[in-house]
Amino acid sequence: MLAHQIGYYSLILGFFFSILIIPVSIKNFNNKNKVIDNKVFSISFFQFFFVLVSFFGLILSFVNSDFGNETVFNNSHTTKPLFYKISGTWGNHEGSLLLWLLVLTLFIFIFLIKSNSQPKKYRILTLLFQQVIIIGFFLFLLKTSNPFNYFFPVPKEGLGLNPILQDPALAIHPPILYLGYVGSSIIFSASLAAVVAKHISTVWAKHIKLWIFVSWIFLTFGIMLGSIWAYYELGWGGFWFWDPVENVSLMPWFCLTALLHCILVLEKRSTLSSWTIILSIATFMLSMSGTFLVRSGILNSVHTFANDPERGIFILIFLFMLILFSLVIFFVFHKENDQKIVKINWLSKEASILFNNWFLMYFLSVVLIGTVYPIFLEVLSSEKISVGPPFYHKLIVPFLIPFLLFMSIGPNLNWIKSKIKKVRIKIIILFLISLLLSLLISKKIGSVNLINIVLISAAFYLFFITVKDFFSKKFKNYSQKISHFGFSLLILSILLNSIFSSEVIINLKVGEKFSFKKESITFESIENTESKNYRSIIGHFKIEDKQKNSIQLKPELRIYDQPFTITSEADIKTTLYYDKFLVMNLVKGNEYFNVRYQFKPFMIWIWISTLLLGIGGMFSLFKRIYEK
Amino acid sequence: MYGKKVKLRILFLFLLLASIILAVYLILKSLEENVVYFISPSEIKKLTEINSDKIRIGGMVKNKSIIIKSNKINFIITDFKSEINVSYSGSVPNLFAEGKGVVAEGYLKDKNYFNAVKILAKHDENYMPPEVKEALGEE
Repeated sequence: MLAHQIGYYSLILGFFFSILIIPVSIKNFNNKNKVIDNKVFSISFFQFFFVLVSFFGLILSFVNSDFGNETVFNNSHTTKPLFYKISGTWGNHEGSLLLWLLVLTLFIFIFLIKSNSQPKKYRILTLLFQQVIIIGFFLFLLKTSNPFNYFFPVPKEGLGLNPILQDPALAIHPPILYLGYVGSSIIFSASLAAVVAKHISTVWAKHIKLWIFVSWIFLTFGIMLGSIWAYYELGWGGFWFWDPVENVSLMPWFCLTALLHCILVLEKRSTLSSWTIILSIATFMLSMSGTFLVRSGILNSVHTFANDPERGIFILIFLFMLILFSLVIFFVFHKENDQKIVKINWLSKEASILFNNWFLMYFLSVVLIGTVYPIFLEVLSSEKISVGPPFYHKLIVPFLIPFLLFMSIGPNLNWIKSKIKKVRIKIIILFLISLLLSLLISKKIGSVNLINIVLISAAFYLFFITVKDFFSKKFKNYSQKISHFGFSLLILSILLNSIFSSEVIINLKVGEKFSFKKESITFESIENTESKNYRSIIGHFKIEDKQKNSIQLKPELRIYDQPFTITSEADIKTTLYYDKFLVMNLVKGNEYFNVRYQFKPFMIWIWISTLLLGIGGMFSLFKRIYEK
Repeated sequence: MYGKKVKLRILFLFLLLASIILAVYLILKSLEENVVYFISPSEIKKLTEINSDKIRIGGMVKNKSIIIKSNKINFIITDFKSEINVSYSGSVPNLFAEGKGVVAEGYLKDKNYFNAVKILAKHDENYMPPEVKEALGEE
């Protein structure tokens, strides 16, 4: 009760400070001082501090199981383990918005203290733009999704957190993802401020690059965690389903990746400034609509939207106003620097970055259309459709080929202009090796699919080129090499994984046995156990190959009472070469268990390569901080 | 009449426009081929022709209709006005049970038989796919 009240009132105090910043910083903007007044720093700090207190208030309410609080009541239960009581704080709409707000206020404070080297006007404008977003979120939170609604009489027990969310990966997935999303808000405000303050320059590019890298790294890891969770928890054995909820996190990633490369061109060649700003605006808009779409339930069903029209309409108006606002600023204030037209040569690093930017934008539009088209169609014609994976595969996979080739050629070109030197033998040999390898692989599969062969060769080519550059003498850019290497490995492992995976689905009784390819799978026994908030049925399976090597897999069914849910916990045997994935489902009122067994080669390399992708980004970040 | 630069720029713009048109065309065309429509059992009875497109059917699993064999599950989906027989071999979600909502994706054999290739998962007891809610709400 106490924690609840502290949380509520400090949220209101935080709101008060967020309004107070505006007149104070405008006053500061107009005076002649070269530095920002300390008052601005303290108010910004208090704003962050009170949101933090409020967030802790909500966490404490969850920990103490204070069911008078509506959010706690809807999402918690006394028997839930402490860890999930805490993670339940952001596992729901209201709490996750409060987390957004917390990160927003934290980031603007960090921005203020870390941007001393930049002009005062630019810093204050960034603060003002960021405050517009922050105040919008405060209003949204207080008006439509207050996490601190109290009601009487206080219920004895809560409704519980959806059990599939009770998982360590998913407990840290939202905060990491949000750090990425919210980081893009700083990029958004800073670009608009730089436009107004006429501060778009190589100096600015160098400074904002840091924020772009930070958001990109968090977004990459956030998506990875979500994908790992989906792999072992949802029981389908896949890692990406092209589900709208996944797509909305991928879209800002495409945009941010494009921006990450674009900002390098701005830094080195002071060109592409308009494009950079458009990308900054788009990234944040996609991040924000992503959070809203997932949290408001619009994506799962258009009907949830109608159940709480206030939220949906607020979101739409807020998004619309922000887009309008940023476009007006862009068109009124933005002028290309001094009409100086920088010519871009076709054979240069910046040209290849630009090409890949276009490909990224194409991928983005494919995912965007596939995600929102069903929503629009349902609203307009009440026809219900869903867009499945074949749509995305067909449109994205072929275009990965030129994308990969540009990734291998681009980094070795010079800025401004490169000459076509004598084609080096090494490069040709590498290309031939890649082609040979992919032909060998296609022979192994038996069927020949031209696109797959070319795609595999392109991925191998990038793989070898990055490895070669890694050991060459003049090479300096570790970060780019690691990330590009990671990306080639990612594409390779996804391809090989999808080509060589095999699965079998069968209904089994205890004691039955079946053989699949070269293995035999025996359902030996089941075991019942009790845990704190669920009962489990554990199946014991023996998998034996021809050489009599056997492993035990123990998939589990968990039966939760609050709320009543059954989840399947897959058991996965992971090695460097393959994953063996076994999951079982209950068919109610039957002695049969529905068993799914999958053999998935190179699965772990998908995670390792994504990790490398992110580590490449981190390298660049540390190098930057170290150089300062 | 025009300089070389202008010509180059026009060529460039033309290429850009052409590639955008191509992209839009590709996207729309694949969209047309890959969308899956949702239909209720009653609507199936009203169909004039059976085509080979993939569809989704939503409704309730009829009581006492699930028959399990080692590699096949047969059951009946009903929206309390019409019924359809479904045959499926694959994994079923945990909450797949008689008297509960279900959405099956697959191909129609005729107006009474449906070959499912996927049964959609529900995440908890209270959640109902919007399609099911709608289909049940119509009665």
